[in-house]
Amino acid sequence: MMSASDLIEFDLAAARDALRARSFSARELTEAYLGAIEALNPTLNAYITVTAEGARAQADAADAALAKGEHGALTGIPLAIKDLFCTTGVRTTAGSAILGNFVPPYESTVTAHLLRDGAVFLGKANMDEFAMGSSNMTSAFGAVTNPWSTPGGNARLVPGGSSGGSAAATAARLALGATATDTGGSIRQPASFCGIAGIKPTYGRCSRYGIVAFASSLDQAGPVARTVLDCAILLGSMAGHDPRDSTSADLEVPDFAAACRRGVKGLRIGVPREYRMDGMPAEIEAIWQQGLAWLREQGAEIVDVSLPHTKYGLATYYIVAPAEASSNLARYDGVRFGVRAEGGDLTDLYENTRASGFGAEVRRRILIGTYVLSSGYYDAYYLRAQKVRSLILKDFTDVFRDVDALVTPTAPSAAFAQGEKMDDPVKMYLNDIFTIPASMAGVPAMSVPAGLDPDGLPIGLQVIGKPFDEEMVLAVGAAIERAAGFTSLPAMRAGASLALPVGARA
Amino acid sequence: MSYIVEGETGPWEVVVGLEVHAQVVSKSKLFSGASAEYGAEPNTQVSFVDAGFPGMLPVINRECVAQAVRTGLGLNAHINLESRFDRKNYFYADLPTGYQISQFAHPIVGAGTIEIELSDGTTKNIGVTRLHLEQDAGKSLHDQHPTKSYIDLNRAGVALMEIVSEPDIRSPEEAGAYMRKLRSILRYLGTCDGNMDEGSLRADVNVSVRKSGEPFRTRCEVKNVNSIKFVMQAVEAEAKRQVAVWEEGGTVQQETRLFDPGRGVTRSMRSKEDAHDYRYFPDPDLLPLVLEQAWVDELKTHLPELPDAKRARLMREYGLPAYDSGVLVAEQATADFFETVARGRDAKLAANWMMGDFFAALNRTGRTIETSPVSAASLGELIDLVSDKTINGRIAKEVFEAMVETGEAPGAIVERKGLRQVTDTGAIDAAIDAVLAANPDKLAEFKAGKEKLFGFFVGQVMKAMAGKGNPALVNEALKRKLG
Repeated sequence: MMSASDLIEFDLAAARDALRARSFSARELTEAYLGAIEALNPTLNAYITVTAEGARAQADAADAALAKGEHGALTGIPLAIKDLFCTTGVRTTAGSAILGNFVPPYESTVTAHLLRDGAVFLGKANMDEFAMGSSNMTSAFGAVTNPWSTPGGNARLVPGGSSGGSAAATAARLALGATATDTGGSIRQPASFCGIAGIKPTYGRCSRYGIVAFASSLDQAGPVARTVLDCAILLGSMAGHDPRDSTSADLEVPDFAAACRRGVKGLRIGVPREYRMDGMPAEIEAIWQQGLAWLREQGAEIVDVSLPHTKYGLATYYIVAPAEASSNLARYDGVRFGVRAEGGDLTDLYENTRASGFGAEVRRRILIGTYVLSSGYYDAYYLRAQKVRSLILKDFTDVFRDVDALVTPTAPSAAFAQGEKMDDPVKMYLNDIFTIPASMAGVPAMSVPAGLDPDGLPIGLQVIGKPFDEEMVLAVGAAIERAAGFTSLPAMRAGASLALPVGARA
Repeated sequence: MSYIVEGETGPWEVVVGLEVHAQVVSKSKLFSGASAEYGAEPNTQVSFVDAGFPGMLPVINRECVAQAVRTGLGLNAHINLESRFDRKNYFYADLPTGYQISQFAHPIVGAGTIEIELSDGTTKNIGVTRLHLEQDAGKSLHDQHPTKSYIDLNRAGVALMEIVSEPDIRSPEEAGAYMRKLRSILRYLGTCDGNMDEGSLRADVNVSVRKSGEPFRTRCEVKNVNSIKFVMQAVEAEAKRQVAVWEEGGTVQQETRLFDPGRGVTRSMRSKEDAHDYRYFPDPDLLPLVLEQAWVDELKTHLPELPDAKRARLMREYGLPAYDSGVLVAEQATADFFETVARGRDAKLAANWMMGDFFAALNRTGRTIETSPVSAASLGELIDLVSDKTINGRIAKEVFEAMVETGEAPGAIVERKGLRQVTDTGAIDAAIDAVLAANPDKLAEFKAGKEKLFGFFVGQVMKAMAGKGNPALVNEALKRKLG
């Protein structure tokens, strides 16, 4: 019989095979993860809610199915669910105090797909409030600590955001993988910061039904996992057309896992020159060049390309996303669900509820969004941003006539310390400079761990593909992954002798 | 003859445009599967989408789109094959999402026209600017609790069509005629039940006044007027108010007003400065609504005959006057009833019966054509009984009243009450003889040349025969006896 620390070393694909071979039971695997969560979550704060009893019941059901030789794609696989996905009967907070008591009576389509395929839900992962943030510092349920740290350093690092809990839980072995969502980089940047893989599929590939909305035209669900193949397996389950989401694409779900084995021989890989920014750290540039060299060695042709409107991405994103958010978050008014702060009249009730229920970053974005949609400013901001957005999409459309995929850094830096950049929102927003253009264009993109910076922190590379060509993204991502041989692990992880940085438990 | 408001400084012309909100007839709501039926217990027809729960998304209801297209076709309007939905953002307790999904920049239906008929027999075309689809809000109940308001979300998300007219209307009468005609078209199409008591049809009335030949002056919008009579009164009251403001040297301010039917005046609701900034923007949860021309054409082939076409046909096929035709086509059920009665009979006689005794009886008994105690078949049978001289016209009215009361067929009533017309000349002669014998003085006067007493004798004979005498035979026999 294997020990719990042996069990959590299996990645998702391997655990799936071992479960089917009955090498260990789903219950044993789930208990191993529940034990890891119990040991490490107090330090990492990756989960807002742990659903141990539900997980055990799901694991037992998985074992019963496996015993009969029946299994779905994910039977018995323990996952973390970002707390943005509504889960029937399980509190869903979106990282916000205003939803602190909200228990949805319905299941998101993505999590319903995972349950259909036999997954075990360990709990709800921490996140930036309403998915607004790049550090997981804005959660009403406390910051998440990145399981990685600089050797000898005593600063707690951020896991990135907004899917910081999902990424930290996956990296620290508190789940085999996790659902996440990406609006401007919320899957890819935390994956990069935590040394794991994560893919934001094409807008429309996964249903948004039952996912608490941030910016509807940008929000897209995707997985984070230890490997590119694990991401492919999870995405295959999460994706699929849903008539309850009008923006969901009516397309068959391809065999994403098979795409991971394709290789890159003969592919044309574009390198957008606009992503080479002034002041970019040398280690980022070095890893980018290394990644391109790996692809060239595997038979790909590297091509310089131009995405001329890249520099407008961040500014237009910070008009479009807050505009949609200001409208999407109007429903949190204390009237029908969530936390209510009473008031003398309706206006008081609104003001008290929303002032106490929303954190500073959410309030800031509601204000920005309200401003840019206001009469007299709409044309100058929102309408112009939409025009620029279509130019950004055109950049990608044009460049994809010539190349099969693009490779760029995922983020302009490795993980930074908790508390850093909090006084300067623009500095914080710059984290998403490389991820935002693909979000604005709705094209699929993933982050793959490619190496460590001189401080020993992971750095990811981003692969961007054509609309609905996640297979190409996964193929290129898998090629980088194979070449990188990234085997480094964070200091804080289940199964390791807990080598915590000094003060980390303080 | 045009309508004017006579002021101190001379005549003023009234300019009116109407924005009519018509609730779409559909099983479910515009963007959710919840029932759209009227009258259920509060909050029993509310989906999570309607209640604005986190993560819920709207999905367009195909039938509501078809209803909007049918209405557009019925208004001879341009159908926009691509339209879009926008969010109109504002906070209110009965608006769960904090925004109403509407069509602001790209409506589903463009320009059309409605022909109205006026009391002087003329017609006039009123332009329709556009028709768009939008969601209704819920209902706030402020009278259920001393300090709290209650919210009923049954109506939240129900589909509405907003039908906007050009400012082509120039009088209260035209405003009323426009409302009646629009209501009639909607009911024919089955796209709105037109029930103003239940709020299925309500109007925002935009009014301004001007001196002849001037460009438009500032308008005010009188919100949510819920009867045709009140629409007409609101136009009149608001026009008079504006004339008074201008003539006192003031300026009419653009604002939203409410009509108080009790006092017959409009009062200010909110000024332009207090107007909401609705922050319209395209709803990112919904794709542009793209229709295929073939689908629109298919809907067009299944449209019913509409009031204007039906009126023209009644005039052509039945030889009815324009006025009669107009009255009979106002409601499809009335027109159908008429055609059943008139088929194979004297159409003018059928029209007279319907517009006379029949409508009077419905009014008196508070019934509608659908609940009428007299069926079209029965009314037709009654007309037949007169035509084949089984009963005379006077007795027919008596039989009709019995039909209204009992719902019995006219033949049965005639038999039961023994109302058959008497054509037996022996019986008629006997009755005449008795009357002449009883009135020797009148007979002497007649013979002396007072010929108008002939009518008196006819009346006496008919009376003696309990009204059942055949009037022609009675006349003939009397002439013979007196001659």
